[in-house]
Amino acid sequence: MAMQAHEIEDLIRASFPSARITITDLAGDGNHYAAEVIDESFRGLNRVQQQRAVYAALKGRMDGPSGDLHALALTTKAPD
Amino acid sequence: MTDTTTQIAETIAANDVVLYMKGTKEMPQCGFSSRVAGVLNYMGVNFKDVNVLADADLRQGIKDFSDWPTVPQLYVKGEFVGGCDIVTEMTLSGELDTLFDAKGVSYDKDAANKIREANG
Repeated sequence: MAMQAHEIEDLIRASFPSARITITDLAGDGNHYAAEVIDESFRGLNRVQQQRAVYAALKGRMDGPSGDLHALALTTKAPD
Repeated sequence: MTDTTTQIAETIAANDVVLYMKGTKEMPQCGFSSRVAGVLNYMGVNFKDVNVLADADLRQGIKDFSDWPTVPQLYVKGEFVGGCDIVTEMTLSGELDTLFDAKGVSYDKDAANKIREANG
């Protein structure tokens, strides 16, 4: 099972409606993406808290036996 | 608490630095696990490696324990630090050095600087 870039963006967008989201396909196999999410809600959170929120938005589509997405290189920050 | 959760809690309490990974520190079996284990090895950090591929309950249990969906997972003095992306960012920014200093974890400062120079 694999995922399309827009599916990832839609899932993140649903939880972060005003975020700036950039998805990069790293390998063309639907399994290795990078995602940058810039959102005001991250201000004051540390990286683990920020990335936990993004992983939560992906609702279990990550890694593991049922995971569709093997690798998502995440970069998160609040707007400058 | 399930025995997996107890086992995890005991392991991270008993060891200053623990890396839950795919494979072992000598034989990593995933690029991301290999990168974090490689950084720790290169920096001469004494850490306990736990191979989640050897135990399916542990592979899921560690994700539930930290509410973090992927492996590797780095713990320092019982605290979840992050996965491959975060540890890489912290290594390059010097925050990992600061964390180790604050927690009294010994490491090779020159090696850490070499990593940063190489990724300048």
